[in-house]
Amino acid sequence: MTQKQKKLIAAIAVCSIAFGIYPAANAMHIMEGYLPGTYCIAWGVLSLPFLAAGFLKIRKTLNENRRSLTLLAMAGAFIFVISSLKIPSVTGSCSHMTGTGLGAILFGPCTVSILGIIVLIFQAILLAHGGLTTLGANTFSMAIAGPVVTYILYKLCQKCKVNHLVSVFLAAALGDLFTYCVTSVQLALAYPSEAGGVLASTAKFLSVFAPTQVPLAIVEGLLTTAVIICLESFAGAELKLIGYKKEA
Amino acid sequence: MEKKNKKMIAALIIASILIAIIPLFALKGAEFGGSDDAGSVMVEEIQGEYTPWFTPVLETLLNGELPGEVESLIFCVQTGIGVGILAFCIGRMYERKKLSGEDEAL
Repeated sequence: MTQKQKKLIAAIAVCSIAFGIYPAANAMHIMEGYLPGTYCIAWGVLSLPFLAAGFLKIRKTLNENRRSLTLLAMAGAFIFVISSLKIPSVTGSCSHMTGTGLGAILFGPCTVSILGIIVLIFQAILLAHGGLTTLGANTFSMAIAGPVVTYILYKLCQKCKVNHLVSVFLAAALGDLFTYCVTSVQLALAYPSEAGGVLASTAKFLSVFAPTQVPLAIVEGLLTTAVIICLESFAGAELKLIGYKKEA
Repeated sequence: MEKKNKKMIAALIIASILIAIIPLFALKGAEFGGSDDAGSVMVEEIQGEYTPWFTPVLETLLNGELPGEVESLIFCVQTGIGVGILAFCIGRMYERKKLSGEDEAL
């Protein structure tokens, strides 16, 4: 990243923090029109620095080597597939996974924010799933908060020398789960319950999302691990290029 | 691909399918609506009556909700695009490994 680009991101980050102070915290797809306007804007602005960083990071990755495009496309495609699959869960309702874990492990969280927002826009416009007004909030939970957790967990597991497939599984599964936790908090901030405020409200929303999402998070972890095994067998050279594998 | 890895992938995929299918049989007669919708029900519970202040662009254009069949079509298109790209890339890598070596640029 050049000096200029760094400054740009820093500037956007400062603006976003300034904007983000009042809803000072951190939902999966919140439905269209379900968040008050100010919250929509605040979440959108909070997402901006990540998107900008992601855009520059993708450009840099591709400029360095066009060959990483294959893996980037695959990470994006994985999100497309996984987030289109609605899966029945133990609570008797359906939900879908995020699929952002793979990209976060391969490229880091910033890059995934761009891949994630593409899917969110697709679903918001064509499927009325999620929404344009809530795009900012959804981007923040699915394409930023989740991947950041995945990335941190993955790095942590590596440091602690956990078996590396296990760490991929853990990182992807918990990242998915965290996305829904953030969704709950986002909804709770906008709709604090009368008795008990934001916390009570968070607990309420969590009780809707979390039990449904736990089995799905496990599925996401399993599938991400499967794809990683596959990539390791066939794409050793590309993985080395993007710095996923130190030595092959 | 090593034999061990093949078995591993098969096991992972079977486990995923089982987790997805079992609730269907375990909870016979459950509705299996979306959890996003459950979220909006919760909003109404906390807030009382709630009218979304913005309708999705598509619903405004169509003057109503997207028909269920068409919705599943678009979901399938989304899956299709994803699977297409994934399969294409893995296919190319598979052949590359078979024919020459991994160092060849794709």
